[in-house]
Amino acid sequence: MVFVDSYPKTSKLVRSEFLVAFAALGIGALFGVIQALHRTGVFRGFVSSADYYTILTGHGVLLALVFTTFFIAGLFTWAVANSLERELPHRIAWSAFWIMLTGTVLAAVSIIGGIVGSPSILGHDLEADVLFTFYAPMKAHPAFYIGAALIIVGSWVAGLAYFKALWDWRSENPGERIPLQTFMVLTTMLMWYISTIGVAVEVVVFLIPWSLGLIQNIDPLLTRTLFWYFGHPVVYFWLMPAYLVWYTILPKLAGGRLFSDPLARVVFVAFLLLSTPVGFHHQYTDPGIPSGYKFIAMTNTMFLLLPSLLTAFTVVASVEHGARQRGASGYLSWLRDLPWDKPAFSGCMLAGLMFAAGGFSGMINAGMNINYLIHNTIWVPGHFHLTVGTAFALTAMAISYWLVPQITGKKLRQRSIATLQPYVWFVGMALMSNAMHRAGLAGIPRRTAEPTYDEFAFEGVAGTVGEMRLQIAIGGFLLFVGAAMFLIVMADTLLARRGGTLSVNSNIPEPLSGPDHSPRILDNYKLWTAIALLLIVIAYGPPLASMVADGLFAPGSPPIPV
Amino acid sequence: MQVHRFEKVWLGAAILLIVGFIATIAYGSVGVGVGMVDDSGGQISAQAVQNGNTGTPFDDPGVVREGEDQYTVYVVARQFQFVPGSGDTPIRVPAGANVTFKVTSADVTHGFSVVETNINTMVIPGQVSEVSARFNEPGTYGLVCHEYCGAAHHTMGGSVEVVPPEEYDMQQQEIEQPEDDAQAQEEADQ
Repeated sequence: MVFVDSYPKTSKLVRSEFLVAFAALGIGALFGVIQALHRTGVFRGFVSSADYYTILTGHGVLLALVFTTFFIAGLFTWAVANSLERELPHRIAWSAFWIMLTGTVLAAVSIIGGIVGSPSILGHDLEADVLFTFYAPMKAHPAFYIGAALIIVGSWVAGLAYFKALWDWRSENPGERIPLQTFMVLTTMLMWYISTIGVAVEVVVFLIPWSLGLIQNIDPLLTRTLFWYFGHPVVYFWLMPAYLVWYTILPKLAGGRLFSDPLARVVFVAFLLLSTPVGFHHQYTDPGIPSGYKFIAMTNTMFLLLPSLLTAFTVVASVEHGARQRGASGYLSWLRDLPWDKPAFSGCMLAGLMFAAGGFSGMINAGMNINYLIHNTIWVPGHFHLTVGTAFALTAMAISYWLVPQITGKKLRQRSIATLQPYVWFVGMALMSNAMHRAGLAGIPRRTAEPTYDEFAFEGVAGTVGEMRLQIAIGGFLLFVGAAMFLIVMADTLLARRGGTLSVNSNIPEPLSGPDHSPRILDNYKLWTAIALLLIVIAYGPPLASMVADGLFAPGSPPIPV
Repeated sequence: MQVHRFEKVWLGAAILLIVGFIATIAYGSVGVGVGMVDDSGGQISAQAVQNGNTGTPFDDPGVVREGEDQYTVYVVARQFQFVPGSGDTPIRVPAGANVTFKVTSADVTHGFSVVETNINTMVIPGQVSEVSARFNEPGTYGLVCHEYCGAAHHTMGGSVEVVPPEEYDMQQQEIEQPEDDAQAQEEADQ
């Protein structure tokens, strides 16, 4: 039975969430190629260097916030319905969708205002050239902050729908283990609830009233600390859905099954515990924060490597098992016997491979002292284009080739474009990201329209500055082509008529080591949430207390236009 | 709970790697003495920095000689320049001396990064960033604002000129004075 026929209401919701995600991906990718060509100096005819930052804000917000959140909402909606075998409570789920969409429109309109002359709307200039970190005291239009808050609130409501589905399922299936996919979704959402408190307080208590003029001053260090309380766990909010795909779907695509259900649960619990008390590693170079707190965050960050290293093992082992089920043998030659021509499989594998590279550059970012060499250089976006920009984004695109047919009942169209697409993305990202990392070592900063200065010139450390620029431009262009190829496949598939029988289905094979081997304590959400909160109190209690001890709004800064 | 033998080995290796990372960083801080940017610089009113009435050397930023081989460089970062540092007012310090940079912002969040060195700090309104360094090699070092600070952020750079100690002359260090003031001073001297 095709998913769309079993769960028509849930399928419609997933389609709507994916549509918004894909639209955001298209615009975000267009902004991305404009930036890549502009900052490398290859072509600067699209926008002025002052408007570059509007494009950069749009790229960050649309891709890192809108594309991710909507795609994750769609994926989670499917995963919960699929593993609990029931429709989602659709009234709650749809209100979540509309709240998030309203927030998206508000934020997008405020950003676009910046390139159409910042008209005055409701007494404030309509612009939001503040990038997706929106550090105060740079001020955006209040609608931008309200929009960002609504996207977060909408995601909270979406989480309620998943929990409601679990409670309904529980009353019908007392004593049963939570199915793995639902377990992963709910653990991710618990982590998300805990971590978004930071940005919610930042935006609702400080930025919105301050941008409206209700309060005069805010403390820039306090607000950015609240941002980074959220800013690292958000990374895991992007990654854990990719892990859900790699753990539960990828082994099946390889022809096998998951290696171990218990270890998958352990990994997700570890993320719930450790994702949040690490935010100070984004603030290693911030004044006003004693180094002891930075050291605690560094230690937690390093232990956060553990679940990802375990994932690398489990995923590779599961895929190898799949290859051997298909008759492969040898130490490494089993790699040849995998369905590299199936874009859902190849996309996930290439995404995982790039995530390994991103993991290693992340270890350097996490290294409290070596970080001084690369902090805020273009190394950093080089790193996160491997993680959110590939581990998440390429996995999302790849699994869409598998999932969209099931939520529409339509066969995937343009298969040859789809087959090629993950490889185009991989090559584009390999070019762009390696050059960005090396340029970062040379000290070239991130977030700038023109990385050249009157006072001095950069010298390449490994390779020349000119060669790196060229690789970034070509890589960025290929990534744009890759996104366009994906959108062509999706558009053609979604617009096609339904017909024929699908070659894919949502049945997930039982793991080699099933949930019976998982200790029951792993499903004890109350316990894990309590420990997670305790770790946060240890990591954040004293520094936040000292920041607010001198007054919530001091040392204060008034709003400053950009 | 069953854990496969290979997975146990992998888990052990992963924990070893993590503990190794933490140990090298701890050694870097305690053994080698790589200092962290922390709260040692204290707080300051960003609006007072903007108005030039903090009652601190930030009102007249520049290089201050604190003692034999000991210099403090006060820098104000503002949209879109370092004072001193940008344009034709490079920060001049002698090679081999202990130099402490104290940097603060008059408006938004900036960055202060000396290219290809460990000198790299955020500059946050209301806080003073303090970084100590010693330049062993004379030469010109690039100075970059590495945090987006507004529409002309990309123009916000500067330089640090490290000169051999014997050529370093404090009399040349009037860089914090605006140019026309310096000219007036010269004329007055004549």
